[in-house]
Amino acid sequence: MTCDAPAPAAAPETTQWRSYGPKRRSTRALRVRTSAALVAATVLAVLLVPPLVQLDQQAVDLAAKLRPPSFQHPFGTDDVGRDLLLRCVYGLRVSLLVGVAAALTATVVGTAVGAAAGALGGWADRALMRVVDTFSSVPHLLLGIFIVAMFRPGVWPVVISVALTHWLSTARIVRAEVLSLRSRPYIDAAVSGGASRWRVAVRHLLPAVLPQAALAAVLMVPHAMWHESALSFLGLGLPTHTASLGTLIQTARGSLLAGQWWPTLFPGLFLIVPTLAIAGLAGAWRERIHPRHRSELML
Amino acid sequence: MLELRSITAGYTRNAPVVRDVSLTVAPGESVGLLGPSGCGKSTLARVAALLHRPDSGTLLLDGEPVRHWRHRAPRDRRTAFGVVFQQARLSADPRLPLTDLIAEPLRATGRGREVPDRIAQLAPVVGLTPDLLTRRPHEVSDGQLQRACLARALVLRPRLLVCDEMTAMLDASTAAALVAAVEDYRAATGAALLAVGHDRTLLERWCDRTVHWESLS
Repeated sequence: MTCDAPAPAAAPETTQWRSYGPKRRSTRALRVRTSAALVAATVLAVLLVPPLVQLDQQAVDLAAKLRPPSFQHPFGTDDVGRDLLLRCVYGLRVSLLVGVAAALTATVVGTAVGAAAGALGGWADRALMRVVDTFSSVPHLLLGIFIVAMFRPGVWPVVISVALTHWLSTARIVRAEVLSLRSRPYIDAAVSGGASRWRVAVRHLLPAVLPQAALAAVLMVPHAMWHESALSFLGLGLPTHTASLGTLIQTARGSLLAGQWWPTLFPGLFLIVPTLAIAGLAGAWRERIHPRHRSELML
Repeated sequence: MLELRSITAGYTRNAPVVRDVSLTVAPGESVGLLGPSGCGKSTLARVAALLHRPDSGTLLLDGEPVRHWRHRAPRDRRTAFGVVFQQARLSADPRLPLTDLIAEPLRATGRGREVPDRIAQLAPVVGLTPDLLTRRPHEVSDGQLQRACLARALVLRPRLLVCDEMTAMLDASTAAALVAAVEDYRAATGAALLAVGHDRTLLERWCDRTVHWESLS
């Protein structure tokens, strides 16, 4: 007589919750904290170093030209003996100013145009969006160069050039958001309650699109910094004596071929690290607003 | 007096939702409009409340033809209607506390000074307690939010109420309370009512006259 061994008790079924898991969460937290620390360090450096450190970034010392990094000059010196660390901080200051000013201007213009197109609808919407399409059909850099070429070299022409080529995506985002909000019953209720177009836009539509617009503005800061650097590198942006990351890299090109790596490497790092940090913070913010979208760096 | 004559309306060209529909609401009268889901009753209610321009047909308000809808309609015509929508959640701006939600039509028409008085009058009428008035829409239930939406519709003392499936998402006691609030308002002011719904029992008990959608065209 054979006796079947009792079947082993089935393992109790446990629910597997889908989660990102502790490892990915901690990576994300580390990324956000590192980005926050780097952005804070950048802002503090550009705000505090120039007034506190009474050093002349333009001080020329031809006897100490193109010195490699040392204790006295941590980033080395450039081809006329100016301290590169100080030049980089001043350059970052200008680049960040251009980036923030251009991103803010672009966001204000884009939000105004997008909100007007979405809220007015009809022929106004069609006309405004054709203007957006026309601007988008020209490459950014080409249009930027055209705008910069109309002015004397300086900070504000670069801001205008970057801002006027970058409000298009914000206008599209805001218009799409306003169009979807406009058909909600609460807008109908406001219309029925006697609200004017202006009141509907200011009281109900704009506050609802503001988080999107603010996020677009922050994501645009690194992009604008790269555009400033590109314009300056091409010799069309800031005048050569003004330290900006683009002009620093441009003037150091020649020495790179001669084997002196520091005048290009450090301004390059000063451009890459803050842009990645700002993009990292904005990406975390965006993942918080839209958890199903992965953030991407727009450069 | 609201008169809709041969109204054809829709959201895309060549595909009208409402075809050749006529309906009259006499002053002080309450009319129930019954119909199955998706037949176009809400669209007709939006046309009647000057919120959606019809493709053809005439709308007469107190004997005068209406030529403009939404923002183009004169403000005093738009505010002659008090509209309550089906989904309270979607018809309340999520950022505004209930007090501001109810006060919004007063502020939009430049009568902000009346806000405290009107809120104090209306909150007990629709059954909202003072602690509910400070909350935002996500902090209250659908029934409480719909009470606030009814208060918003009544705040400008409209001559005509349009209730588009006002009680469809609510439990029986809240529905009864809201219907009672509407009836009290009508008894006090003589306002007319167009109630849209699919609940025959409710509409027949609530309204002077109930019309079926199919009998309109």
